[in-house]
Amino acid sequence: MPSFTLNVNGESRTVEVRDPDEPLLYVLRNSLSLTGAKFGCGLGQCGACTVIVDDEAVRSCRMPVSKAAGKKITTVEGLGTPDKPHPLHAAFVAEQAAQCGYCVTGMVMTGAAALARKPNLSREDAQQALAGNLCRCGTHDRILRAMLRASGKAPT
Amino acid sequence: MKTPLSRREFLQAGGALVVGFTIPGPAYAQRPRGDIPVGRTLDTAEVDGFIAVNADGSVTIFSGKVDLGQGLRIAIPQMAAEELGIGVDRIAMVEGDTGLTPDQGATAGSSGIMRGGVQIRQAAATARETLIGLAATRTGKPAADFDTIDGEVRPKSGGAGIRFGDLVGDKRLGVKVDAKAKLRDPASYRIVGQPLARPDIPGKVNGQHVFVHDFKIDGMLHGRVVRPPAVGAKLLAVDEASISAIPGARVVRVNDFLGVVAGSEWDAISAARLLKTQWSESAPLLGADAVRGWMRAGPFEADETLLKKGDARQALAAAKKVSAEFYWPMQSHASMGPSCAVADVRDGKATVWSASQATHRFRETIAKALALPKDAVRVVYLDGSGCYGMNGHDDAAADAALLSKAVARPVRVQWSREDEHGWDPKAPPQLLSLEGAVSDDGKIAAWRTDMWIPKATANLPNMPLLALDAAGIAQTPGLTTGLISQNGDPPYAVAHQEVVVHWLKSSPLRPSNFRAPGKVANCFAVESFTDMLAAHARRDAVEFRLQGVSDPRGIEVIRRAAALIGWQPRPSPAPSATGAGRGFAYMHYKHYESYVAMAIEADVDKASGSIRVRRVACAHDCGLIINPATLKAQIEGNVLQTLSRTLFEEVAFDRSRVTSVDWASYPILRFPDAPEVLIELVNRPLDPPLGAGEASATPVPAALANAVYDAIGARVTTVPFTRERVRAAVAGA
Repeated sequence: MPSFTLNVNGESRTVEVRDPDEPLLYVLRNSLSLTGAKFGCGLGQCGACTVIVDDEAVRSCRMPVSKAAGKKITTVEGLGTPDKPHPLHAAFVAEQAAQCGYCVTGMVMTGAAALARKPNLSREDAQQALAGNLCRCGTHDRILRAMLRASGKAPT
Repeated sequence: MKTPLSRREFLQAGGALVVGFTIPGPAYAQRPRGDIPVGRTLDTAEVDGFIAVNADGSVTIFSGKVDLGQGLRIAIPQMAAEELGIGVDRIAMVEGDTGLTPDQGATAGSSGIMRGGVQIRQAAATARETLIGLAATRTGKPAADFDTIDGEVRPKSGGAGIRFGDLVGDKRLGVKVDAKAKLRDPASYRIVGQPLARPDIPGKVNGQHVFVHDFKIDGMLHGRVVRPPAVGAKLLAVDEASISAIPGARVVRVNDFLGVVAGSEWDAISAARLLKTQWSESAPLLGADAVRGWMRAGPFEADETLLKKGDARQALAAAKKVSAEFYWPMQSHASMGPSCAVADVRDGKATVWSASQATHRFRETIAKALALPKDAVRVVYLDGSGCYGMNGHDDAAADAALLSKAVARPVRVQWSREDEHGWDPKAPPQLLSLEGAVSDDGKIAAWRTDMWIPKATANLPNMPLLALDAAGIAQTPGLTTGLISQNGDPPYAVAHQEVVVHWLKSSPLRPSNFRAPGKVANCFAVESFTDMLAAHARRDAVEFRLQGVSDPRGIEVIRRAAALIGWQPRPSPAPSATGAGRGFAYMHYKHYESYVAMAIEADVDKASGSIRVRRVACAHDCGLIINPATLKAQIEGNVLQTLSRTLFEEVAFDRSRVTSVDWASYPILRFPDAPEVLIELVNRPLDPPLGAGEASATPVPAALANAVYDAIGARVTTVPFTRERVRAAVAGA
């Protein structure tokens, strides 16, 4: 079986797969037990599976594991821990920015990539940054508030 | 007082089905529990059914109602903690486990707090009296001298208390829930009414929370169901050799139920895609374009007069009549995470981990399908992706159960996006025709509503499931829709009123309940039409409504919503160069539950037909507020999700299949579309707590339609409000 060495959350992990086209999402969730990234559509349309690959927010459901090898992958588990949360984690908790919470890790990862590029986001910037992430519960307003909070804006 | 049984004695008397499993991830109090032995009482008449005081003084609540993302995981413990006199951090809650939790009915119809929480609150109040009684007996002092505070029974006069755990030890409380057990005075509340944070959010945000999608057990295989290319198609042939390249993958076939299982998820997906099949031609559907005509034509089950007051027909015949027709299309629950379940069916027993809204009801269904006694089946709730009614969660569980039974191994099934959009049961279509007249003094004089909707089957045990249907396993046929005929009459004083429903025998696609069933469309029609009557009378929309409402709680939310958005009284429409408009709508949910009033500001571009919602203001009265933070989150969710349904959503289907099977063909609201939502909560500490999961969804479409009319003088009466429909309304105005 082909094997690939991935750099995930700062650790080197070697995985064996039958199919080099297996999307990174399934490797993360099943081979590496990192279930923070969720399956939403498998089509790159919803963002629930978003991880950061070499500083870019990427849809892990569309990236073959063979293409991820050698790249620096950060999942939501690597962004911060419960003890040492990423500022965006803390902001999402402060704003209680989840209802069912299924899509929320994808929001956090997309948001973290956007904040890394531009730390001082306006509401419109945040809306555009998350335009490709879908939420069905209607948590948009809270998620935008969390983005602004992480960007240093006073909570409203 | 009865002598409490020890837990050991009790367990010896109880059922024998013990399925051990552990949930990975960080410990937080409310996570589902696999380590509590089955066999405790599930009797809703017993305090022990709902509440266990543990030897360490902590408390476990056993709730039949589950947290679907609406916040019951904090709100119900708040209700219990207040009555018990213990910190909410000392309470763990087990949810929706048929081995551990009483049957409190489905988590549906905004009943989580209103019925489930209230039931547990009464058990907690009884438990407090029992604990005080135990302390009184031990100390020889009157019960009236004690209260419960911070997990102790303490003398009111001060001094040392006795910890709950020391009073109860390893025993059960052994008392019936006392309907007369005194509830605490709301003026003394310390926990109810506080905006406490939900315990599951940190884990959901950092990826540690275990959804049913993330749940694994030893030896688990992955399964996928191969759906037919057309509804009702028969499986003619399967080429099992077509997946031989995937090691370990195997085909499961039960009549027309076809699935694959494999050791890894990607192998199961690949095998499902590779499997060569042949199906019969099938074209049993109407096609979306034919639905509206079919609704008028039938076949019908019956006509039913839901309301008759005065003589509306005669009053309308004599008056200058206003009339309009409103249409709501079929919509999908469109959950973000396709439905998922894990089932372990072996050795004459079954355990199913599911996001079911009704694990007890589903247990009966799945036991029958597997030909097992009910007691041999356990259904355990785990969080799913938000469902907003019956999505595919029960279907996925049946899929997993049939596959597991076939291979005698635990099997996890997650649907594809195409499965979820294509095969989840759909909100039924609704057609309403309204007639009304206004008196010379500007009041509603007469009103008639005719509605055309599918008739739900009485006493249907479960929504008919795809897997059972395909496998030829007997199940009760019928339609489930929720209570879709309510609120078809105006919430205003009208002397002559009539509401008639024309019950259709079937639904164009398998129907189910979708958040605020029927009442979103009914309020769309009723409150759009109210605006038409107000415009006809050249009256301000808010004043026109206020003159017809006598209930002070209704009046208050109407006034507050108007104030919140800065409403200036004037008649509509008032087209301006900017295309800005404002609309209003009011709802008294089911006429006996929550009160909601809503105002929406929107910008409408007449030329392109585009609508941009700027601000939404909502005033909300659901009686006693348990947790204002989770309540606000529910209202925001109702508003934004219903804006999505109103602006974008309609299931497309042809004669054979649903064709809107992804997020491109079934678009929903996106971040750039999200308006600001202003909320004002009216707390009524002396009134019962009512539901909030649905009511504030209902005024959204009418408030938006009324804003569009205000902006451009054209009325949109068909959902979704696409650019084409807005332009057509402009052309027809």
